Amino acid sequence: MSSETTSPATSAPPADDNRWRDAAREILAGRPAVAVGALILALIAGSVMIAFTNSDVREASGWFFARPGDTLTALGRAMGGAYGQLIRGSIWNWQATSFTAQIRPLMNTFDNATPLIAAGLGVAVTFRAGLFNIGGRGQMLAAAIAAGWVGFGIPGIPFPLHLILCIIAGALAGALWGGIAGFLKAKTGAHEVIATIMLNYVGYYLLQYLLATPGLLQAPGSPNPITPATPESAQLPALFGRQFTVDWGFPLALLAVVFCWWLLNRSSLGFTFRAVGENPRAARVAGIDVARATTIVFMVGGALMGLAGAQQVLGTVTTGFTDGIDGGIGFDAITVALLGGSQPVGVLFAGLLFGAFKAGGSAMQAGQGIPVEIVSVIQSLIVLFIAAPPLVRAIFRLPQPSQLAAARKAGKAARKETDK
Amino acid sequence: MSAVTVNAAALSVEAPIGHRTIDKRSYKTPLILTGVTVLLAVLLLASPRPGSTTFTLATAQDAVQIPQAIVPGMAFAWVCMIGAALLTLAAAWRAWSYAKLPGWALALFALVAIAAFLGWAGAGAQGHINVVSLIANAVLVAIPLVFGALGGVIGEKAGVVNIAIEAQLLMAAFTGAVTGSLTGNPWAGLCAAILSSALVGAVLGVFAITYRVEQVIVGVVLNVLVAGITTFLFSAWLATDSSRLNNTLTVRFPAVGIPLLDGIPIIGPALFRQSIIVYIMYVAVAAVWFALYRTRWGLRIRAIGEHPQAADTVGIRVNVMRYGAVIIAGAIVGIGGASYTLVSNPSFNREMTAGFGYIALAAVIFGNWNPVRAAFAGLLFGFAINLQQVLGVIGSPVPSQFMLMLPYVVTLLAVAGLVGRSRAPAADGVPYIKE
Repeated sequence: MSSETTSPATSAPPADDNRWRDAAREILAGRPAVAVGALILALIAGSVMIAFTNSDVREASGWFFARPGDTLTALGRAMGGAYGQLIRGSIWNWQATSFTAQIRPLMNTFDNATPLIAAGLGVAVTFRAGLFNIGGRGQMLAAAIAAGWVGFGIPGIPFPLHLILCIIAGALAGALWGGIAGFLKAKTGAHEVIATIMLNYVGYYLLQYLLATPGLLQAPGSPNPITPATPESAQLPALFGRQFTVDWGFPLALLAVVFCWWLLNRSSLGFTFRAVGENPRAARVAGIDVARATTIVFMVGGALMGLAGAQQVLGTVTTGFTDGIDGGIGFDAITVALLGGSQPVGVLFAGLLFGAFKAGGSAMQAGQGIPVEIVSVIQSLIVLFIAAPPLVRAIFRLPQPSQLAAARKAGKAARKETDK
Repeated sequence: MSAVTVNAAALSVEAPIGHRTIDKRSYKTPLILTGVTVLLAVLLLASPRPGSTTFTLATAQDAVQIPQAIVPGMAFAWVCMIGAALLTLAAAWRAWSYAKLPGWALALFALVAIAAFLGWAGAGAQGHINVVSLIANAVLVAIPLVFGALGGVIGEKAGVVNIAIEAQLLMAAFTGAVTGSLTGNPWAGLCAAILSSALVGAVLGVFAITYRVEQVIVGVVLNVLVAGITTFLFSAWLATDSSRLNNTLTVRFPAVGIPLLDGIPIIGPALFRQSIIVYIMYVAVAAVWFALYRTRWGLRIRAIGEHPQAADTVGIRVNVMRYGAVIIAGAIVGIGGASYTLVSNPSFNREMTAGFGYIALAAVIFGNWNPVRAAFAGLLFGFAINLQQVLGVIGSPVPSQFMLMLPYVVTLLAVAGLVGRSRAPAADGVPYIKE
C-alpha cells in the first residue's frame, strides 16, 4: 500500500465531518468490497483472454499504430458480443420473442446451479470443521453408482418411492465414501486432502470397471462403457413443465441449504463441528469426541455430495451415464464453498453465480465460439483473489483493515489530546 | 509390547542417569510380505491358467541377443512364489531378531512377486511379454511422476504443500509444445516449459507465502485455473493452426543410446536407450538428494520446513528461502511436464496430464518425503500403470481398472500408516509469520 492513502487519516485533525469518510472506509475495507474487486479482476483477465483469441481483434491490431480506432472497435465488439451472450445465456434473453424463450436462460442457470449448491454445501460443512473435502468427485461417483443401480437395477417400484429410494441410496453411498476419508483421518491421522484425492481415483476406476463389465452397470447389449437410461419412475420431474430444464432437484438443493443452516447454526452436532474447526484441542478439552465429529462431518459432507451425484443421474443425464458423470462439479464445489464463505446462504448465492457462469458459458461457446473453459478460468481467479484480500485491496487501493484500526487508534488518541 | 517396568530407584535423583534403548520387534514388513504372498497364492490357486508364457528379453538392435524364454506359466509362477515365501520367512526371522530386512531383499521380493504375476498372467496368452519394453515404457510413463515427486519433495521439505504439481505439468506440456513447434528446437521448448512451470510455482509462492492463503486451496484452484487456461488456448488458438503451433512430431528429443551401458542385457536397452530427458531424470534424482542432504542450502530448506521460528532466529530468511524452493521445485516439475509433448506425444491435448500430478503427490508421501524413495515410488507407480496397458494388449485376466487403481490404494494405505511410516515435515503447509 502506498503512503498517500494512510497519511491523511493519521494526520488529519479529528472532526465530525470525517464520519462519512470513515464510514466509506469501513465499507471499502470490508469483505463485500473485496468480493467485488475480485470479480472485477477476474473479468478483466477473462476479457484479455477473449481479446487475445478474437480473430478480428488480432487482425486489427496488425495495423494498430496506423489506425488504433479499428482495434478498439474490434475490441469493443468482441467484449460486447461475449458478455452480451453471457447475460443472454444465463439471465434474460432479450432477443427472444416469447416469454418462455426469454426466461429459459434463467431456468438453465437454476438447473446448472442445482448440483453446485448441493456439492458446495458438502465442501462448506467440512470446511467449518476445519477439514478439506477434495473428494467431491469420488463421493459423487459413488453416489452415481448407487443411485444408478437402484434406478435401473430394481425395476417395478412406483414413481415417487423409486425416486426417493434412489436419492437416499446416492446420499448413503456419498456418505460412505466421504466417511472412509473421515474415519482414516480420525483413527490414523491420515491427511484428509490426500485421502480424499486418492479416493477420487479409486471411485473413478471402480465406476470404470462397473461400466466396462457386462452384467454390472453396463447397458445390456452395449459395447460402450455407458449405463442404461434412468427409468421414468426414478427421474426428477421438471419443476415448471417440460419446456424448462430445471427439475425438482433445485428445490431439493434449497432444502439442503436450509438443513445445513439449521445443522451448523442451531444443532448441537453443528456446534461440535464448529468447535472442532475453531480449535480441536479446546474442543477435546471441552469433552467433544473429535474423532467422532471428524468422521461424522465427512459423512454429512459426503451425503451432500451424494445428493449432487444423485441429481446428476436422476435429473441432468437420464439417458445413461459414463465415467464423466461428475462433470467436474466436485472441484467446482470447492470454489463455490470458498466464494460462499462456507456459509450455507453464501453457498446458495455462490452456486447461483457459478451456475449462471456455466449456463452463460455454454451459450457463449455456441454463439460466439469462445471456449467454455473461460468460465473455469474466471471462477478460479475469483476464488484466488477472494482468498487473498490484502492483494485485492492493494490493487484497488482500498484501505487495509490493519491500517483502519491504526487510523482509528490515532484518531482516538488525538481526540483525547484535544479533550485535555 | 513395551512392558517396561520402571522401578523407584531409577526415578530417584541419586540414581545415575543412564541411556537405555528399548528394542521393539516390528512385524510390519513380514506382515505386508505375507499379505502379498498369500494374495498371489490365492490368485494362482483360484484361477490356474494352463499353457506357457513367452518372455522376450532383447530388442532387435541389441549386441547380445538373448533368445526368447518360453516357460510353463504356472510352474514358473509357483517357483517364483516359493522364492517370495522364502523371503517372507527371512523377513519374519529378521523381525524376530530385532532387525530389518535389507533394501535389496525387498527389491528382490518385488521382483519375484512381479515375475510370478507375469508368469501367471501371460500363461496361454496369444502375445508374449516383452520384458525390455515393459521396463523401458515404465520409465517413459514415470518421467512426469518422478520429476513431479522431486518437485513436491523440495516444496514440502521447505514447508509449502504443492497440490499444483498437476497444474505445473500441464502448463509445461503446453508451453513446451507451443515453443517447440514454433522454434523447431526441443531445447527451446524445454526451456519454455521450465520457465512456465516455475512461474506457476512463483504464483503458488505469492499466495501461499506472502498472502498466507491456505496452501491446499491455492493448489487446487491453480489446477483448475491452468486446466482452464490451457484448454481455452488449445481450443481458441492452437486449433486454428495446429500444424504450425502444436506439432512436435519432428521436434521431439530422440532416443540416444549410451555406449557400453546400453549393451547390458535386458536393462541396458530399457534404461540407457532413452531420450535425454530420462538421463536428466537420473541425474536430477541424485542431484536433489545431494542438494537436500549434503549442502548448506538443503540443511536450511529442511530447517525452515521443520521449525521456521528456530531457523529464523539463526538468521535464515524463511520466506525468501521458501520462494526459492517453490520456484526451483516448479522448474524441476517443468522438465517432467515437457516430456509429455517433447518425448511421449507429438502434440498437446486438452488435460493430457490426466491426474498424474496427483499420483506424483502420492509418490511424495509413499516415498516418505525422501527424494530417492519418492523417485522410486514414482517409478513403481509408472510400472503399475504401464503393466496395465501391457496386460490389456496380451489379454490379461485382471481387470485393467484394478491395476490403475493400485497406486491410489497403496497410497491410501500408506497415509493411513498401514504401509511403512509416513511423517511430513513438521511445518508442512503452515505459513510463517515473522513476529
